[in-house]
Amino acid sequence: MRFSEQLEAKFNQLISAFPPGRERAALVPMLLYAQDEVGHLTPEVIQEIAGRLRVPVHEVDEVVSYYSMLTRKPRGRYHIQICTNISCMLLGAEQLLEHAKQRLGIDCGEVTPDGRFSLEEVECIGACCWGPAIQVNYDYHHWMTPEKLDRLLEELRKAQ
Amino acid sequence: MSPRLYNEPSPLEVKILTRRFGLPNSQSIDTYLATGGYEAFRKALEMTPEEIIEEVKASNLRGRGGAGFPTGMKWGFVPRESPLPKYVVVNADEGEPGTCKDRLLMEHDPHQLLEGMLIAARAVGAERGYIYIRGEYRYLIEILDRAIGEAYERGFLGDNILGTGMRFHVYTHSGAGSYECGEESALLESLEGKRGVPRIRPPFPATAGLFQCPTVLNNVETFCAIPAIIRDGGKAFAALGTPRNGGTRLFCISGHVNRPGVYELPMGFNLLRMIHEVAGGVRDGRKLKAVIPGGSSCPVLKAEECDLPMDFDSVAQAGSMLGSGGVVVMDETTDMVRVAVRIAKFYQHESCGWCVPCREGTTWLRHLLTRIDQGIAKPSELDLVVEICNNMLGRTFCPLGDAAAMPIRSFVMKFREEFEARLRRPMVAVPDPDSLVVS
Ligand SMILES: Cc1cc2nc3c(=O)[nH]c(=O)nc-3n(C[C@H](O)[C@H](O)[C@H](O)COP(=O)(O)O)c2cc1C
Ligand code: FES
Repeated sequence: MRFSEQLEAKFNQLISAFPPGRERAALVPMLLYAQDEVGHLTPEVIQEIAGRLRVPVHEVDEVVSYYSMLTRKPRGRYHIQICTNISCMLLGAEQLLEHAKQRLGIDCGEVTPDGRFSLEEVECIGACCWGPAIQVNYDYHHWMTPEKLDRLLEELRKAQ
Repeated sequence: MSPRLYNEPSPLEVKILTRRFGLPNSQSIDTYLATGGYEAFRKALEMTPEEIIEEVKASNLRGRGGAGFPTGMKWGFVPRESPLPKYVVVNADEGEPGTCKDRLLMEHDPHQLLEGMLIAARAVGAERGYIYIRGEYRYLIEILDRAIGEAYERGFLGDNILGTGMRFHVYTHSGAGSYECGEESALLESLEGKRGVPRIRPPFPATAGLFQCPTVLNNVETFCAIPAIIRDGGKAFAALGTPRNGGTRLFCISGHVNRPGVYELPMGFNLLRMIHEVAGGVRDGRKLKAVIPGGSSCPVLKAEECDLPMDFDSVAQAGSMLGSGGVVVMDETTDMVRVAVRIAKFYQHESCGWCVPCREGTTWLRHLLTRIDQGIAKPSELDLVVEICNNMLGRTFCPLGDAAAMPIRSFVMKFREEFEARLRRPMVAVPDPDSLVVS
């Protein structure tokens, strides 16, 4: 299996960060970067990375199942992650999440039929002082309100 | 690049670690060098490793990741004479709910972190350093990688640093979503490409850390304090704070205040003043109800307990912890049962499942508190919550179990009437509670 040139370069950089014989250490970021490119961790991706690092596939599976950002299921093109942990919750994050469910017509863990959006309730994302906070893929949006969320979703609906 | 400030600074701040925040191009090495950057490292190159560690000890710097362990002492545990390679590891996992300061330190002033790592490397003889950064902070990896590239170009990293023969290489390393990977031994497992399951200790990372080699592992903010300590002397840093609690600290004030934000204040700054004078007071003129002083793992303080200096020892004396600096402010409208449920849900989700008291304890706490919140719990279930907490405390493999049990027990004990008011009334018909399952 081939990845893009940038990803191959990233893989080499991750592996060369460790002393010889310690290549396995690159596993977690490799999985995440591969997922960013492919969309989700398919059996082929897992097999490929396992082979490159000479780690048994079942051990890679164990690692994949541990980390909450890693997924074997396809997500929407825009993965909406709403923090409902305490600081955000105190400022209305749970209502924001309900609003998002209504607007998108999906529950957490689901993808809209057009594949554009998926929704996830997440734990603290390190934006507690500027909450309620959400991430769309890797982009932060602070001080969210239901109205701001509507505008954001509208923009993303139109995005090419 | 000039990152924007997320909140207005306060005139009460004492800006040591954040002094470059808001400067034009604060991320670039030119700005860093023009404002005294890497001078501390040059000074450290003239010092012996022992002298560096003595200076850090004199600063009374205590770990900013949560536990508050004296940093100089920790560095002193690293066996420098060991033939094994040594490592410097930065804990940039920043997962404690209520905490968002390490992010700013890396975003605004990445070179300060690199300089702190370099001085640590010099003190213990490490040749490689890793910044383990939570996966959600992807944009910071780009910022840090750029800064690392600049440091190589200017000779501050590499195989012959500034012509001295010192060798040190720094790499960024992404996590992939796990609170537990902020716990130091789980972090090391993750950094080795495994599940983030904690290790039995001792041995501690100082003697057997990454790849079982001696490792200095500290929080981002801890490393960021090092350049100021070496530049101005440990004594000067210590003098900013209170006895045994040197320096300033970044407090993340969130929740029901008018001006939430990250503020750098001297250790020992009064908590009430922090809320009212720094963060603009409780929003909408409401009354203060309670504060979690150091991130969600810390016992809650009632409003009347909040007139206290914010340093590790004073907060411990008040029955809570200074923790990671996440000050979560709750006003009189806050539903304490809901907050307790949310905290339980978090720890249940993040428990790695390795040890039984934590895995089962957090699951039951969430289950019981949810039932109380829904008004379907029997009175005995509230006592069971406290009993489960008591049975978890000190009995889990890593401190995550304590981190769940301590705040929850404190919420139930300090706001017991609110929980009792939610218990099932004997005469009201309700669905069979035992048929309800928490998702
Ligand atoms: C469950 C758990 C999560 C933790 N998360 C973090 C974290 O996100 N960042 C951090 O610096 N320390 C975290 N810690 C504390 C670390 O284990 C460790 O004490 C710290 O990184 C040491 O650095 P310091 O001495 O500079 O504070 C966590 C501890 C526990 C038990
Ligand atoms: S609690 Fe929402 S970002 Fe921290």
